[in-house]
Amino acid sequence: MRYLPKSDLERRQMLDAIGVASLDDLYSHLPKDVLLNAPLNLPAGQSEYEIVDYFRARGAENANGYANFLGAGVYHHYRPALVDAVVSRGEFLTSYTPYQAEISQGTLTAIFEFQTMMCQLTGMDVANASMYDGSSAVPEAALMAMRATSRDRVLIARSVHPEYRETLRTYGRFGGLEIGEFDYDRDSGAIDVPSLEARVTDRTAAVIVQSPNFFGIVENIRQAAGIAHARGALLIMVFAEAVSLGLLEPPRDADIVAGELQSFASAPSYGGPFAGILACKEKFLRQMPGRLVGETKDANGNRAFCLTLATREQHIRREKATSNICTNQALVALMATVFMTVYGKEGLRELARQNLSKAHYLGGKLKRRFSGPYFNEFVIHGPESVNAALEKQKIIGGLPLARFYPELEGALLFCCTEMSRREDMDRVAEAFA
Amino acid sequence: MIQKVRSHITQNEPLLFDLSSPGKKGYQLPELDVPDTDPAEALGASNVRREIAGFPEVSEVEAIRHFTRLSTWNYAIDLGLYPLGSCTMKYNPRVNELVARTEGLAWIHPYQPESLSQGALEIFAALETYLAEITGMDAVTLQPAAGAHGELTGIFLIRALLDARGEKRAQVLIPDSAHGTNPASVHMAGYEVVPVPSNDQGMVDTAALDRLVNEQTAAMMITNPNTLGVFEERIRRIAEMLHARGAMLYMDGANLNALAGIARPGDFGVDVMHLNLHKTFSTPHGGGGPGSGPVAVKKVLEPFLPKPRLKREGGQWRWNYDLPQSIGRVRAFYGNFGVLVRALAYILAHGGSGLKRATLDALLNANYLRKRLEPYYEIAYHAPSMHECVFSDRRQAARGVPTGAIAKRLIDYGFHPYTVSFPLIVHGALMIEPTETESKLELDLFIDAMISIAKEIEQDPELVLKAPHSTRTAKVDEVAAARKPVLKWQP
Repeated sequence: MRYLPKSDLERRQMLDAIGVASLDDLYSHLPKDVLLNAPLNLPAGQSEYEIVDYFRARGAENANGYANFLGAGVYHHYRPALVDAVVSRGEFLTSYTPYQAEISQGTLTAIFEFQTMMCQLTGMDVANASMYDGSSAVPEAALMAMRATSRDRVLIARSVHPEYRETLRTYGRFGGLEIGEFDYDRDSGAIDVPSLEARVTDRTAAVIVQSPNFFGIVENIRQAAGIAHARGALLIMVFAEAVSLGLLEPPRDADIVAGELQSFASAPSYGGPFAGILACKEKFLRQMPGRLVGETKDANGNRAFCLTLATREQHIRREKATSNICTNQALVALMATVFMTVYGKEGLRELARQNLSKAHYLGGKLKRRFSGPYFNEFVIHGPESVNAALEKQKIIGGLPLARFYPELEGALLFCCTEMSRREDMDRVAEAFA
Repeated sequence: MIQKVRSHITQNEPLLFDLSSPGKKGYQLPELDVPDTDPAEALGASNVRREIAGFPEVSEVEAIRHFTRLSTWNYAIDLGLYPLGSCTMKYNPRVNELVARTEGLAWIHPYQPESLSQGALEIFAALETYLAEITGMDAVTLQPAAGAHGELTGIFLIRALLDARGEKRAQVLIPDSAHGTNPASVHMAGYEVVPVPSNDQGMVDTAALDRLVNEQTAAMMITNPNTLGVFEERIRRIAEMLHARGAMLYMDGANLNALAGIARPGDFGVDVMHLNLHKTFSTPHGGGGPGSGPVAVKKVLEPFLPKPRLKREGGQWRWNYDLPQSIGRVRAFYGNFGVLVRALAYILAHGGSGLKRATLDALLNANYLRKRLEPYYEIAYHAPSMHECVFSDRRQAARGVPTGAIAKRLIDYGFHPYTVSFPLIVHGALMIEPTETESKLELDLFIDAMISIAKEIEQDPELVLKAPHSTRTAKVDEVAAARKPVLKWQP
């Protein structure tokens, strides 16, 4: 086994030092009836070349060289070369959670920068060091609101990503959180305001709205927050397409922001690993789950960083913690940090504008289902059968929505990014013409 | 004497925000091949932000230097032994990084047609099969994103099964040596935590357990080997005790690195467990993630696993959503696929006999360390060690030097510290897990460092108490950080 750095001579020396005859003696104290009596039924160990070959072969069985118009929470954005250059450094890749601050300043400093940029993008006061992904950040935000308000019910818009809602339902079912949904407006595709107003009550801990929503429509967060706040509920703003924040007004009226950062340098990778984020107003800080990095000084008076406010966390508070989360998505958050640095203040805005322009180019050529303002995704009437014709031209078309929204039978959700080529968009437009 | 390291110059580096100057750029977008859309027109002026105030503006060369300089301030496995107990910081093979970046794996969308995703689905299927074989369980879900997420999923499964049986049980038993995530997960699943004491061997006190298991017990969550590195020798008896009273046995698989190839949880009575692919299966910790926390179950819990599940139909893999008893999703999509690829590459490299070899070397390294350090540090429990060993700081604390100070002094010797003050049942714990991927040379340097520190404590305790002395960042004031939190840069 090539990852084991010992010679048999060294093993012998070590066994002698321990005072046992063989490696098997190291577990001879285990009861006989727990031991595995046969070798594991796995293929024989393989060389590096064979492993590379195996995964190339699997990769070749997937779509290769297709133009792709799928979004729905996972976006095809270009990954600057700097991203992999940075995260391939062993000092970032192979380090642990930075509990030992004196020898973890690299990771800690980067997380502090990440938290800062998350606040700048979202307009919130504080942001944590990352969550697993956008979908699991939603129930964590809901539970946070539940603790902050001492109420036990949340209302979530049907225009929030269906799989985020499913995740919330699972957590809610076992976590004592009652979940209600409110509808979207059939014309605009934005939240149906009367439907929300009719459902929000004095038991509502939070109202959860995504923007741009699952249909790509930009929501009026201020209005939704007003409705929630009038009944003493919090407003949780969810985002799945982080690039939109380059152009959209930050959700300053929200109390908690739960987002997905895949767009910032995570390859689609069949759905993960990505990174989630929670950000909030200062007054909810103590209810925030996850790790936080804070600024302080070292013994010589130099600026230094460390993990802080750990009394919210499981390793200190056990069952009284704000969440069970331990490992998060640090390296993916670092990728996002590098991505945000490369694009910067001007670049993120320009990137967002290119996404907007591409989507509006194709959106303008197709029969859109909703009239609300949209960023880089939009719903069209279909029909779904056109996808099969597109597939023959090596184009993966829009996402059929009927599986999530029976009332949208035939409708397709399309996404365009800076990587969408005009010629492919023209072929899509032609196919639906 | 400090043998492993000597000081070298490291670069200072300001924060990104202090590097910024208006108009500096590190990017260039392609020229737009479609008409430009005016944001205010398309979105409404009130929806468009003026700027991202404070956002960095730096050049490409400053960006790469920034992050490279920061990286040199970190310790890492690539630099040496990382003996954090229960964290299993082992070598991360680079071929795993390479294959995870395969174009046809990294650039596939989770909603693309299943017919165009067969290679990805085959990877899920292979990994599920292999993990079931390694654990001796019947079915596996790869959906959970990390160990604690897997714990939560596993406890949800137990609750769903009990709900389906119409049984209202309110408690989960957890040994006092358990990881903090265990009680936190149980609490999030709506259960009350009941602690189980350990006996003088560091194992579960089965007499106490016998008194605690009753018709309110939904499950017991056990870590085996436990956080002391001790195998729970009465594990079969424990499982019988629970099963006889209608409760389930959950195993925290954080320490599976001690068992792979020699014993299987499924064979010793475990009903449900999670695995940490970023521990036993060597996917990189990355400074705190991403991880992956698959959950393996016995047949009885399979109908409740998160959806979707893989199904073979007409010679093709597909995702099956028609699972009426499923607890539902615990996250969007199917799991941390890129992490799963790396873990599968690890298993393929080892094969069955290689996994066993790795386990044996992990036991060898831990027992060698224990034997060599026992004359200098007090072993917490005399029971045999598996893959990690836990000492108490009793002897050193008597001289005024607690485990936390010894840990900081290790940094001066060029090592990352062990896990400090955990498990909680040990007085000033020093929890050491070397893993199998350490050479004898590296272990001997570590042992020499620990012995040298023990001697320093006898002769000059102040030297140890004031450590670290040689780091670019001196001792960090964590108390001040928590008293008045500064959590972001401000102009």
